[in-house]
Amino acid sequence: MYTITKQKPFEEIEKGLDDEKVYIVGCGTCATVCQTGGKAEVLEMKMKLEEIGRSVTGWMVIPTVCDSLTKEALIEEAEAVNKADIILVMSCSFGVLTVSRYSDKIVIPALNTLFIGMEDTPKHFYEICIQCGDCILAFTGGICPIARCAKQLLNGPCGGAQGGKCEISPDMPCAWQIIIERLSKTGRLHKLEELMPPKNWGLSPTSWVANSKR
Amino acid sequence: MKSGSNLEKVLEGGYFGVTAEVGPPKGALATVIRRKGELLKFYCDAMNVTDNQTAIVRMSSWSGCILLKEMGIDPVMQMVVRDRNRIAIQSDILGAVALGVRNVLCLSGDHQKFGNHPTAKGVYDIDSIQLIQILKTMRDEKKFLCGEEVSGEVPLFIGAVENPFADPFEYRVKRLAKKVKAGADFIQTQAVFDVGKFTKWMGMLRDQGLDKKVHILAGVIPIKSVGMARYMRDNVSGISVPDEIVTRMEEAKDVKEEGVKIALEIIDQLKEVDGIHGIHIMAVAWEDIVPVIVERAGLLPRPIL
Repeated sequence: MYTITKQKPFEEIEKGLDDEKVYIVGCGTCATVCQTGGKAEVLEMKMKLEEIGRSVTGWMVIPTVCDSLTKEALIEEAEAVNKADIILVMSCSFGVLTVSRYSDKIVIPALNTLFIGMEDTPKHFYEICIQCGDCILAFTGGICPIARCAKQLLNGPCGGAQGGKCEISPDMPCAWQIIIERLSKTGRLHKLEELMPPKNWGLSPTSWVANSKR
Repeated sequence: MKSGSNLEKVLEGGYFGVTAEVGPPKGALATVIRRKGELLKFYCDAMNVTDNQTAIVRMSSWSGCILLKEMGIDPVMQMVVRDRNRIAIQSDILGAVALGVRNVLCLSGDHQKFGNHPTAKGVYDIDSIQLIQILKTMRDEKKFLCGEEVSGEVPLFIGAVENPFADPFEYRVKRLAKKVKAGADFIQTQAVFDVGKFTKWMGMLRDQGLDKKVHILAGVIPIKSVGMARYMRDNVSGISVPDEIVTRMEEAKDVKEEGVKIALEIIDQLKEVDGIHGIHIMAVAWEDIVPVIVERAGLLPRPIL
């Protein structure tokens, strides 16, 4: 399981930097796998920033930026970090927020965080979980229709599924086709005859309902 | 009677029903709806008003329905779960019923990616089967989804759709059974061009006794041009147009007449299929052909009940 990221357009990163001095942080875990914030991408970013006249005071690739050890890494690199006005973080948003937590500098993300996913073929990732707070994998053959059906149907498939593909893209498998195949193989297809009731969306940690109880 | 709508009376009365589709305008002109209503009034038992079909913004389905209702026409309000959450849906249903709408067709809706606002957030708070169940509970138990009481009656004739040509084919009947279990009173199917496959699907449905539990109206789309035939064959998700039909259109001298003939042949075959209770004509941007088809198919006059 990885947090899947994508690099922001360079123009957007450039806009956020003004004329200021930059320190770059990369991540040795998910962003390295995604090839969005590993050593190679950090060095490429350094080069690009220098080409447009920004000063890079230093860089490091922390093994896992979202870990609390990031605090120690920032202390070790204090000299170079302190010379910078901005820390550009090339990790998922968890990493960006972790760096913000341990540094008073302005912290800006170089990546967009897309989803929690798995890699099926090299560099191709798909979403597996939206962290809804109410896991239904037991009823759906271990495939999540909330993460993988374009309409998040609980009583699918819709009328747009054709040849095992989703109506929105020929590259996207129909999650319900996979669910049906898996349940058929294990003799559990009859389980889908039950009506799945409307979902409680209020259990997700991002929802107001859940936050208000913390 | 669950709703007392004309469509319910026709279908419960055992007549072969005819419904037609009215696409609302991309604007606020009531005359567009009125003109289509006037044109189709004596040629069908009820008219569906689509709900932002293919995710393109148009006049709302419920307002189109009210305009038809004012003309004495029985509207079928289409409602997709793409654009509204459970609060808006239940509220819109109450409003529509208060204004005289009695038939509601429940759909998932075409994904927003296909429309003119592809970056919109799709709602999908509930799915189409849950929508059917919510409407049935409002009508029969007079309760909202949350369990609180609805004041007064909510007379509704609840419709659902099914696409016998979508995959996985074997599962489509089970899914229809689920819709019936949830509370569907009538089904309007995706357009039929491959009558063989449709007949096979109907056979599977009869084996489960579903034709006795729900009224099934088979979808018919008259093809206006060669381009349209090709486009539907190649680009429209969920529609299956056999090559033979495209070839017939390509070779025809009078293309429009050939389109009408194909529609009539399909209707004739559908009438013979056991368990079919009517047809639903979706003449997209060719509404004025509907009277011709209904008349030549021998489906006039429409019953007055």
